[in-house]
Amino acid sequence: MAEYAIELRGISKYFGKVAANEDISLTLKKGEILALLGENGSGKTTLMNMLSGIYFPDKGQIFIDGREVVIRSPKDAYALGIGMIHQHFKLIEVFTAAENIILGMDGRSMIDMKAVTKDVQALIDRYGFHLDLNRKVYDMSVSEKQTVEIVKMLYRGAGILILDEPTAVLTPQETDHLFSVLRKMKADGKSIIIITHKLHEVLDISDRVSILRKGRYIGTVDTKDATGQSLTEMMVGEKMSLDIERPEPENRKLCLEVRNLTCLDEYGITALDRVSFTAYSGEILGIAGIAGSGQKQLLEAIAGLQAGTGSILFTDPETGRKEELMGRDPLSIKRMGVSLAFVPEDRLGMGLDGNMGMPGNMMIRTYRNGKAPLLEQKGPRDLSLRIKADLGVVTPDINYPIRRLSGGNIQKILVGREIASAPKLLMTAYAVRGLDINTSYAIYHLLNEQKKKGVAVIYVGEDLDVLMELCDRILVLCDGKVSGIVDGRTAAKDQIGRLMTTVGEAAS
Amino acid sequence: MKEPWVRVVKRDEISLARKIWVRVAAILISLLVCAFFIYAVTRSDPADVYRSLVDGAVGSSRRSWSTIRDTMILLAVSLAVTPAFKMRFWNIGGEGQILAGGIITAAFMRYCGDSMPTPLLFLCMIVSSCLAGLIWAVIPGIFKAHWNTNETLFTLMMNYIAIQITAFFSIVWEAKKGSGTIGIINQKTKSGWISTSFLSGLFGKFNYSLNLIIVLALMIFMYIYLKYTKHGYEIAIVGESENTARYAGINVKKVILRTVALSGAICGFTGFLLVSGSSHTISTSTAGGRGFTAIIVSWLSKFNPFMMLLISFFLVFMGNGATQIASEFKLNESASEVIEGIILFFIIGSEFFVNYKLVFSHSNKKEEAA
Repeated sequence: MAEYAIELRGISKYFGKVAANEDISLTLKKGEILALLGENGSGKTTLMNMLSGIYFPDKGQIFIDGREVVIRSPKDAYALGIGMIHQHFKLIEVFTAAENIILGMDGRSMIDMKAVTKDVQALIDRYGFHLDLNRKVYDMSVSEKQTVEIVKMLYRGAGILILDEPTAVLTPQETDHLFSVLRKMKADGKSIIIITHKLHEVLDISDRVSILRKGRYIGTVDTKDATGQSLTEMMVGEKMSLDIERPEPENRKLCLEVRNLTCLDEYGITALDRVSFTAYSGEILGIAGIAGSGQKQLLEAIAGLQAGTGSILFTDPETGRKEELMGRDPLSIKRMGVSLAFVPEDRLGMGLDGNMGMPGNMMIRTYRNGKAPLLEQKGPRDLSLRIKADLGVVTPDINYPIRRLSGGNIQKILVGREIASAPKLLMTAYAVRGLDINTSYAIYHLLNEQKKKGVAVIYVGEDLDVLMELCDRILVLCDGKVSGIVDGRTAAKDQIGRLMTTVGEAAS
Repeated sequence: MKEPWVRVVKRDEISLARKIWVRVAAILISLLVCAFFIYAVTRSDPADVYRSLVDGAVGSSRRSWSTIRDTMILLAVSLAVTPAFKMRFWNIGGEGQILAGGIITAAFMRYCGDSMPTPLLFLCMIVSSCLAGLIWAVIPGIFKAHWNTNETLFTLMMNYIAIQITAFFSIVWEAKKGSGTIGIINQKTKSGWISTSFLSGLFGKFNYSLNLIIVLALMIFMYIYLKYTKHGYEIAIVGESENTARYAGINVKKVILRTVALSGAICGFTGFLLVSGSSHTISTSTAGGRGFTAIIVSWLSKFNPFMMLLISFFLVFMGNGATQIASEFKLNESASEVIEGIILFFIIGSEFFVNYKLVFSHSNKKEEAA
């Protein structure tokens, strides 16, 4: 028996001129949990996709159980006992869990669902999953869907499991449960690779950590010898402080009062249910909640992009003038003189046009300026140059289509434009999603700058640690309702975690 | 398990020179394949055949002018469908919009040709043909804007309605009882003909110069409209993402309707150019598939009006040349269609090689050794 479940030697993968992976060699021991750590864009997912048969390496060798193999398709990967759980689940919504699990497997033309269910149930009991096999996928929470994916891989006999950022969509409690299941699987002899960029999880679950940076292999350390600081240094390549500043709010004034806001989502299901809160200038209000708890509708309703009922009253902190925003579209809100900036979650799908360069994107808010039918070109170009210099946007040319830039640079362009409009209210949805650590900290810094300037900032986030370090107050949404508003300086993480899953509990 | 023999890899960036080279190579290969086809069918020297192809397109002053005239018509339709396409409104109803404009032009020529003063007649024909095309395009536009119906099917169905209406008037207006065709309208007086109107004499013998000037002006207008105006900017944003458009405060419905109206109006105007400017009659085949060919022109030129001029010319050149081959070598019409088809297949296929490259496993090994 070979010592290693997987051994990679000199793996490289290029996309055009970009080296997504360059000469990577790493090993996965049998019966261990290996954390693959690296910033976004460091090549973790690309590397794993070559193990699951989605990509084919340009160079290098792969050994499974000490034997060299060629993985040309996901089928080959299954045959070798490799199962990958992707960030985006690959399930059929209208099928039950059991049906999804046997989907695509070889067998006779008649299916004995009872026997299958019995086998799968045995697996579920063995590892302590929470899953009802007869439930349809569309009825499931994200964490249950993830469970279906994991059970599917185990049922297919996977001895090696690869999980791509499994905790990104889970609450702290669900993460704890996932980790306990992973530990049982490890005890059972499974070999596991977990991709993540959350340091405390790496320290919690893994036996060893392999670090990638910019497509290159940096090194592997035993988890027991590592600290958050040492891992960050390997990941970023330089020493950096992980503390987020939080200046005391000054000159706090009422800016936004939301009363009984109720909205339906695109399918006519209640997305927000009588939400009420206030936001103040000079303060960062965090909004926490499981993905899809109504965060999107809340911000879009304020920005005039989502219909609803209730009241959204904007008060200009300087003049005291009040304006009702409910029932208005973005253009009429702008024409009322309410300066509101919004960094939406879906950057290229809502805030920006990926085919245009920077100037074209600067115009999105201002192209109407001037009476002439022709576009004004100089202002947007100057603003592009300024944002490029001030925020360090890396682009070959300001006219280069922004779709081809990295996520961090795209976000800088969007945030830069919104801040340049000198807003009174700044709303950001998942402003640091997909960004590397340095860029994330640059964004936190920009938000704090706005706060000091007296802007009311609303920050919808997914990383509870960041929310608790950055925000003055945190509003927790659960299933479209406000389940509590807590003080960012004193709240405990498990308290917020509980609020994320239950409505009506005392939010002391 | 063996390594895959060949893999498809997306190109990162491609130089302009290489882009041109790939396309020129595609055309050369297509001519070579055509040569095999021609030889297989006619047993004659492909070089002779190609000579006759060039001869058919630009061999005489008359043929050159007819190539120019057809190029301009195709270019006009391509310019017409482009703003809608840039907005991702898949207007495949150019054919019907052209006919709508053509019928109304024919009606004016027939009923008012002798009674109206020429300037007024032309004004009426131009305005009404634009309006007819506009209405033909705006009907699916309204359904798309308000109920998000599928515009591809809707515009396609509108074509058939226009064709049926044309067929109806072919009977109503038929020249000889039972012939089912209208024949040349105002053959004696030539009223309502661009070539003999009050503008004649300005532009010499073949009189398509006016078409040329109008369409080239339209081309420049469209270039500026799409690239430098607020309307063009709104079209680009709506096409890229409706959510981004709403975020920018753009009234999406208004932009959709305005853009398809423009698109339809230009198609209708092309109908006027066809009826008043060249054929002087109307039949179900007046549009001649240009509403569809224009889609290819618009896409191949990546919505750049100047590229559309080149591509329209190329397609018309090949088409006219192929007709000549067919008659000179005693082949039927289908032969020229086969030749055109082969050429188009290679040109469109070359887009794949502009965006992707093939990597063979042996070259992979070589890289490793290097």
